[in-house]
Amino acid sequence: MKSSVIIFPGSNCDRDMDVALKKFGFKNTMVWHNDQSIPKSDLIVLPGGFSYGDYLRCGSIASKSKIIHSVIDFANSGGLVLGICNGFQILTETGLLPGILQQNKYLNFICKNVFVKVKDKNNKYFKNIKKEILELHIAHNEGNFFCTEKELKNLEDNNQIAVTYCNSNGLEDDKSNPNGATKNIAGIFNKNKNILGMMPHPERMIDKYLSGEDGSLFFENLLGNL
Amino acid sequence: MKIKVIVTLKNGVLDPQGKAIQQTLNGMNFLNVEDVRQGKFFEISVNENDEKNAKLQVEEMCKKLLANLVIEDYKII
Repeated sequence: MKSSVIIFPGSNCDRDMDVALKKFGFKNTMVWHNDQSIPKSDLIVLPGGFSYGDYLRCGSIASKSKIIHSVIDFANSGGLVLGICNGFQILTETGLLPGILQQNKYLNFICKNVFVKVKDKNNKYFKNIKKEILELHIAHNEGNFFCTEKELKNLEDNNQIAVTYCNSNGLEDDKSNPNGATKNIAGIFNKNKNILGMMPHPERMIDKYLSGEDGSLFFENLLGNL
Repeated sequence: MKIKVIVTLKNGVLDPQGKAIQQTLNGMNFLNVEDVRQGKFFEISVNENDEKNAKLQVEEMCKKLLANLVIEDYKII
């Protein structure tokens, strides 16, 4: 299976993602934001970081970059697009995903492990995943998911909510919501569920000794579903 | 021609920075400050002589890039 990771000026999780994808068997290519096209891929990843220094709004400048037209075409033709953290912010700014990631409710940059609950398995990302509560890492200043009531209703009605913040037992309460996100939302799909944006970083949880392996479950499972 | 734009958060959208500024002002003894909303100001120089035309273009810029209409409103002044 082939994947491509798009690098923007200011991306900083691109190499971690490259390592993770290769570890689980993807043949990965790194693609620069100024390139015209993306090599034939089964998966495109928009990695975490601070594209264009988070100028204007997080992800807003990247959402108008040269390469993004190819990403949008790929996504609209049903290709799998995964946006992690800043990648999620870029996906909302392109309009491929609804809503926006606002500044964290308590104004602090959050860098810690969290638990998230898998809310929908009827998709290539989470179908057959072995655990429903995953321990993943977050590191962001703008992760407070917000959308209009109408958009929220659509997300709920179409089962587009992918993962929510919860405690280790799976309880999605205020206490386990790190950033004030609407309904504890940590990640969402588009309607066709080929596009996934989420704040937590699975690529940071792929080593038994350094972190934990719930990110490995995510990548192994994704590869198995392709 | 210079066109000025103000982008603000829509009413009802949480503005934690504005809240922090308000609390700081209260702490500085500006006790009658009840609310602060923070926004962005843009000054755009457009090579255009017709003001109406320039403003129409800036409106497009606001919709496409300068404001995110999910949470923000813009005002061309």
